[in-house]
Amino acid sequence: MPNMSLKKNPMPVQSAEERNKNFKEVALGYTEADALSEAERCLHCKNKPCVSGCPVMVNIPEFIAKVKEKDYEGAYEIIAETSSLPAVCGRVCPQETQCEKHCIRGIKGEPVGIGRLERFVADYHNAHCDKPVVKPVSNGKKVAVIGSGPAGLTCAGDLAKKGYEVTVFEALHLAGGVLSYGIPEFRLPKTIVAKEIESLGKLGVKVETDMVIGKVLSINELIREYGFKAVFVGSGAGLPKFMNIPGENLNGVYSANEFLTRINLMKAYKDESSTPIKHGKKVVVVGGGNVAMDAARCAKRLGADVHIVYRRTLNELPARKEEVEHAMEEGITFTLLTNPVKINGDDKRWVNSVTCVKMQLSEPDASGRARPVVIPDSEFDIEADVVIMALGTSPNPLIKSTTDGLEVNNHGGIITDENGKTSVTAVYAGGDAVTGAATVILAMGAGKTAAKAIDEFLNKQ
Amino acid sequence: MFKIVSRKSLNPTVTEMEIYAPFVARKAQAGQFVIVRATSDGERIPLTVADFDREKGTVKIIFQIVGATTYTLNTLKEGDSVADFVGPLGNPTETAGLKKVAVVGGGVGCAIAYPVAKKLHEQGAVVHSIVGFRNKDLVILEEEFKNVSDKYVLMSDDGTAGEKGLVTDALKKLIDGGENYDEVIAIGPVIMMKFVCRLTKEYGVKTVISMNPIMIDGTGMCGGCRLTVGGKTKFACVDGPDFDGHEVDFDEAMSRGASYKEWERHKYEETCNLFSKEIK
Repeated sequence: MPNMSLKKNPMPVQSAEERNKNFKEVALGYTEADALSEAERCLHCKNKPCVSGCPVMVNIPEFIAKVKEKDYEGAYEIIAETSSLPAVCGRVCPQETQCEKHCIRGIKGEPVGIGRLERFVADYHNAHCDKPVVKPVSNGKKVAVIGSGPAGLTCAGDLAKKGYEVTVFEALHLAGGVLSYGIPEFRLPKTIVAKEIESLGKLGVKVETDMVIGKVLSINELIREYGFKAVFVGSGAGLPKFMNIPGENLNGVYSANEFLTRINLMKAYKDESSTPIKHGKKVVVVGGGNVAMDAARCAKRLGADVHIVYRRTLNELPARKEEVEHAMEEGITFTLLTNPVKINGDDKRWVNSVTCVKMQLSEPDASGRARPVVIPDSEFDIEADVVIMALGTSPNPLIKSTTDGLEVNNHGGIITDENGKTSVTAVYAGGDAVTGAATVILAMGAGKTAAKAIDEFLNKQ
Repeated sequence: MFKIVSRKSLNPTVTEMEIYAPFVARKAQAGQFVIVRATSDGERIPLTVADFDREKGTVKIIFQIVGATTYTLNTLKEGDSVADFVGPLGNPTETAGLKKVAVVGGGVGCAIAYPVAKKLHEQGAVVHSIVGFRNKDLVILEEEFKNVSDKYVLMSDDGTAGEKGLVTDALKKLIDGGENYDEVIAIGPVIMMKFVCRLTKEYGVKTVISMNPIMIDGTGMCGGCRLTVGGKTKFACVDGPDFDGHEVDFDEAMSRGASYKEWERHKYEETCNLFSKEIK
């Protein structure tokens, strides 16, 4: 008999009071009993609406069936058929707008906790599997992947499974892209990212760190001089946006990218780290996306009183609901319908406050969200010694500026067809480098699509 | 890991290292920089390319021991390796068309000024090098500069090397004496670049400076290196490191450069203590 409870089995978490002082993972993961009970909530619908909501089309009902049988390795194998990073997706995918959104159980009650089950299966596999990975037989064809974030790793994994000799070039000293420098340890432990990359290594994928493609080597050189038959560009959207308001270059003003990179990549939250970070007492985070939530929650953990300043209301917040809830539980204040107009500093050029205006919502704009407009004479100051700008990012122009004929749109995103093919022969692209800042799973989907297209392209040659 | 092929002390606080990094050596040009991590748990710091040998596949860096990271880097010996060596980053110094240039270097900034002087000399330009140090013990690259300069003026704060005075005194004297420069290229402490620019602005001589701000990735990702140039925010790592000195907000740059000073001093002392304990 299926479990007809209207609610998901709750995810065990560290208490808010405890976790807002440490960087350990917030969600602790299902126990086996939780997982079995949750799996019983799946009705195994014939038309599998959940699968259609997944950018990489994980065969969800089938893996859940394996969980019911306690065949967790079997469940893992089903997920791994289509997803190269199950332990990552189980944690950071916005399931509520993807697979779980389409779940029949969600019509009356909560959908099946697909993400939680995926995480359980992946963690089980990582903890228990000692089966050696069989490296596929090489087909002798070399493919270069630029960027080791979710798009690049997925593309690399899929191509390696097909026998291609894949080299991933990473600009930083550590692979993982946004999984390493952006998403904090408490949402995605770095040991998990390392493990996923290690398993790609077993498939024969080589990762070359410290290689800034566009500077040290161009795409042209990779193809002409180093024998790569195709190139996938998954270089992400690395360039932080600022508001261009007065005072943005004061000391204590960070882009979310810088703040998070110092913390996640350089471990600045640890005393022994050789990279500094300002431990603010009063921190203002500007923006309402997942990155803003991450930055705010990091600042909280460094001991600050944190305000998120967002120009619309809670209903329009682009961040995942779960992240917003976690942030609120951890004691972060949401100052809504508010927009900064000026950052003020002391005589030593350190931030001491942010001047904001009140906003009200007007008719929807091009994005379909209500357009915020300034309420006249509504200026007020918020005290702050650190300000973090989490306004989004745009694609890095380095690849474009060093690749002849590579077309980009007016946001700097590389133009591709639906299979990831760019305007340059043998060059494919996907993820944030194409779309601008989006989600891990969409990037993975793009990496997967491009891998298929690259395989077809090289098979024709 | 990138091997340290050779290493020498240029003065008590400045060290030169030649690093085997063939990919970087193949592309490096004067004015560009690399990001270095001394150890696998270390900080990422930008250091300007001081020289390169494309055939040997090596790149030279010259650094002053100013904090914990450079202290740690300085403990590495010939044959050891640095954990990371990324580059070449930033844009090369523009030298095309220049026929007569004053290259002004201050302190360890001379390590960056030298490859620029060398490049100008190699393209047939008249090069006047004006270099300044606090005292004679800190003078570096004297022979190297002399070899690529039509005129070499050495200045020191206390008069123990060359003439007593600042590089701006020497530059003013040359310009007043009738030297007409297409451009002044000034590389050194921000305060020095600020005063060189103040001087050359009076004389209407175009001046290019090289910024060396706090950076993490060096690829445009963090924005930590931002500065105001002509009223607009620029990233030193991707838009520079060279900028029109008459447009740069130096006071802002100085303050941003010092934002972790307290922390750095503390970390430096901690690191020094750690190493001295290990020696005991």
